[in-house]
Amino acid sequence: MTALPDFALAGPELLLAVGALLLLLLGAYGGERRAGLVSDLSALLLLVAAVAVIVGRDGTTFDGAFVVDGFGRFLKVLVLIGSALAVVMTRRFAVAEKFFHFELPVLIVLATIGMLLMVSAGDLIAVYLGLELQSLALYVVAAFHRDDGRSTEAGLKYFVLGALSSGMLLYGASLIYGFTGHVDFAGIAAAASAGGKASLGLTFGIVFVAAGIAFKVSAVPFHMWTPDVYEGAPTPVTAFFAAAPKIAAMALFVRVAMEALEPVKAEWQQIVAFMSLASMILGAFAAIGQRNIKRLMAYSSIGHMGFALVGLAAGSEAGVYGILIYLATYLAMTAGAFAVILSMRRDGVMTEDIDSLAGLSRTNPLVAYLLGIIMFSLAGIPPFAGFFGKYFVFAAAINAGLYWLAVIGILSSVVGAYYYLRIVKIMFLDEPKGAFEPMGGELKAVLGISGLFVAAFALVLGPLGDAALAAARTLF
Amino acid sequence: MTLGLAHYLSVAAILFTLGVLGIFLNRKNVIVILMSVELILLAVNLNLVAFSHFLGDLVGQVFALFVLTVAAAEAAIGLAILVAFFRNRGSIAVEDINVMKG
Repeated sequence: MTALPDFALAGPELLLAVGALLLLLLGAYGGERRAGLVSDLSALLLLVAAVAVIVGRDGTTFDGAFVVDGFGRFLKVLVLIGSALAVVMTRRFAVAEKFFHFELPVLIVLATIGMLLMVSAGDLIAVYLGLELQSLALYVVAAFHRDDGRSTEAGLKYFVLGALSSGMLLYGASLIYGFTGHVDFAGIAAAASAGGKASLGLTFGIVFVAAGIAFKVSAVPFHMWTPDVYEGAPTPVTAFFAAAPKIAAMALFVRVAMEALEPVKAEWQQIVAFMSLASMILGAFAAIGQRNIKRLMAYSSIGHMGFALVGLAAGSEAGVYGILIYLATYLAMTAGAFAVILSMRRDGVMTEDIDSLAGLSRTNPLVAYLLGIIMFSLAGIPPFAGFFGKYFVFAAAINAGLYWLAVIGILSSVVGAYYYLRIVKIMFLDEPKGAFEPMGGELKAVLGISGLFVAAFALVLGPLGDAALAAARTLF
Repeated sequence: MTLGLAHYLSVAAILFTLGVLGIFLNRKNVIVILMSVELILLAVNLNLVAFSHFLGDLVGQVFALFVLTVAAAEAAIGLAILVAFFRNRGSIAVEDINVMKG
């Protein structure tokens, strides 16, 4: 008779799981009239879970499959904030476009549970189950606008490529299991360090697992689904895809690399450095010709994931610290940018054309200034938030001796600045094309808060940096 | 000749490769892609069970059971999305998934 696992450690996840089921019942019995209520309660539930994550304690449960530590806690809070913002920003848009059903916020909550499991995973089975819980919910969310051909096409593309990537990850996981004899990270690390050098089978496993996770963080050369899915999915869903799942996948990448595969660092460091390099370059150059702002954000997110991977390529505590800061700033910038994209509506029709932002500084100066700040930050110009994220990852790369990676990263961020600043130029220098419809209150709030956070990031860097440093230290 | 671990791994590797090729080379029908995904997952299961047997460790078989469960859910969701796609487009040919360039 073995003792029951410590369920309290998984409190936030259990809270979300039970809450999602109750909300599903509420929606099923209340009908479409209750959809708004379900949406509000979902956002509330996600925030309550974030509080539960913050006050929770550290530990390991379920025979090591579920790990709660400072690193996981920091990223879980980011994921929960990203999901809650997505739920809040979805409602008005979805009602206007006539695809608002109560399942949408519930699916976002279910996907979030998957992400929390990914962040907390302590063995390969937990990695796979968390990843699939997240992905299966995301496939449906992408295709949620059932009557729109582009949305279902996005869902189908995402499903096919996502299923392929899960298969590759799983094949890698089976090889790692076979050649080390363990599925738990500690056992894998012990078995891998015993040989001194990775066996051929283990190396193959690492390559497949890295490819599978790279799909999820949309790192080059596994990025090809990103622009199409971002463009085709309904815009609030794109806003969701751009933030929370990327953070969770990056957390998973860091945890697998640093906890399970640390002893064979030489095997994956080259792969990560290459993917990071290719993502930064592609993100910078491919976005230049884009006219659709959602496609532009897709290439932008590919580039940003490349920058974050620089920290992982460094493979040091400073690198993980850089990743954590980078992801926090990325979340704020993405939320703010999408708050504006969601309000690009003129005469009752949504527009995704970058040129329709023309003259925004005259028709709505406050929004134009806030979006301008966010664009400067995305380009990595000091003193805004994006600069600090880049600074810390590049500093870590230089300390790890990866000079070429840092140099090419800085060069590609200069190239990338072109298309961010072009948006600023369109907003401030081009002739107005007429005002957008008034922005919803919740979008104003999201844009205002994220704009302030990005602008005044130097002031919050102290406490946020302390938290990130403590979080990064738990992995070493 | 006795069957060793290498034989099982070879079969699994061949199945896995067939599945991946089926996704990329197939130009006709999305259903074939769904079948290829199943093939990939079954290759993984074969790997897991073979390793489990030869390592004398049960975890691999537990893993395989989880994979089977998730594969069923994945197929259901894939077919559901495919039905929604078919209602909009009236076709499930791979070359018709082309509204967005990419």
